[in-house]
Amino acid sequence: MKFLIVVTIISLIVSFIMDKNKTIAGMKKGLYLFANILPAIISIMIIVSIVLHFTPKETLIRYLGSNSGFAGYMVAAFVGSISLIPGIVAYPLAGMLIKNGVSYSIIAVFITTLTMVGIITIPMEARYFGFKTAIIRNILSFCGAIIIGIVISFLWKL
Amino acid sequence: MKSFIKDQIANITIIITFMMFILFSYVFNYTPGTKIFEDNFLQFIEEMMMFLPLMFLLIGLFDVWAPKEKIERHIGSDSGIKGAVWMILLAMLQAGPLYGAFPVSYVLYKKGASIRNIFIYLGAFSTLKIPMLSFEIGFLGLKFSLLRTILTIPVFIIIAIIMDNYLKTRNFQIKGE
Repeated sequence: MKFLIVVTIISLIVSFIMDKNKTIAGMKKGLYLFANILPAIISIMIIVSIVLHFTPKETLIRYLGSNSGFAGYMVAAFVGSISLIPGIVAYPLAGMLIKNGVSYSIIAVFITTLTMVGIITIPMEARYFGFKTAIIRNILSFCGAIIIGIVISFLWKL
Repeated sequence: MKSFIKDQIANITIIITFMMFILFSYVFNYTPGTKIFEDNFLQFIEEMMMFLPLMFLLIGLFDVWAPKEKIERHIGSDSGIKGAVWMILLAMLQAGPLYGAFPVSYVLYKKGASIRNIFIYLGAFSTLKIPMLSFEIGFLGLKFSLLRTILTIPVFIIIAIIMDNYLKTRNFQIKGE
């Protein structure tokens, strides 16, 4: 946290010295993005707070913890593939899940499928690449995400 | 302001309903309600409210300083390894969801980028964007972010090579709208 404050202040000062107008434009852009994403972040936090309250930690750990096995990966990959959550919202959500016992490898599968696989956006992708190509790219990315999760689960314990 | 409320109507409804629920929980001493608020929601939101404004300031600054045009000039001039590196660099400077990258890949294709490099661009775009990486490090830690990044690069390069080999013999073209 201290590190982030220091980096932000230094970046602002350096940027301001180099170009005042550009810095102001950048700050405005950042705050605008923040204001636009804030309601979505708060509502996701609300929903997850409620769901976590009614899901015992043991259940979460059993199904999505480090010993959940292949089924855990499949659940994470499936949810990641069909969700349209922006990354900016997904990371705080992932942080919450980690604190409640979900394993890093499961989170890796979720984040990777969320960003690389988009089942709902396949029609959009197909308009540029064709249907078959879009399907193949999504299937390969899905498998790639599972592999990444499995490798992380091995490397994490080292 | 009006359009903001209109765009965010679903989220605003959730937030107001939740606030009312919490208020009632306190008035009528409904413990699950106060527990959800104090044990879960407050703790998560506290951390975020310190993080996020700073993060977004950095993202805004990053956006105005990122040398996107300079890198775009290199696209298409080289379809080999060097071209792939330029593609990854360009992708890292972007922001937004993957479906925003599809029209861009058409433009890059028209500029002469190879099919393999287009899929490398899509892979890097979805997993290596610098604004996203800063969030990842902030919320999940440097160890996780490094591991995931190092593992993801070979995965999307292999996917791009498979796609390239598959499409090479099939007279593939990226279509514009």
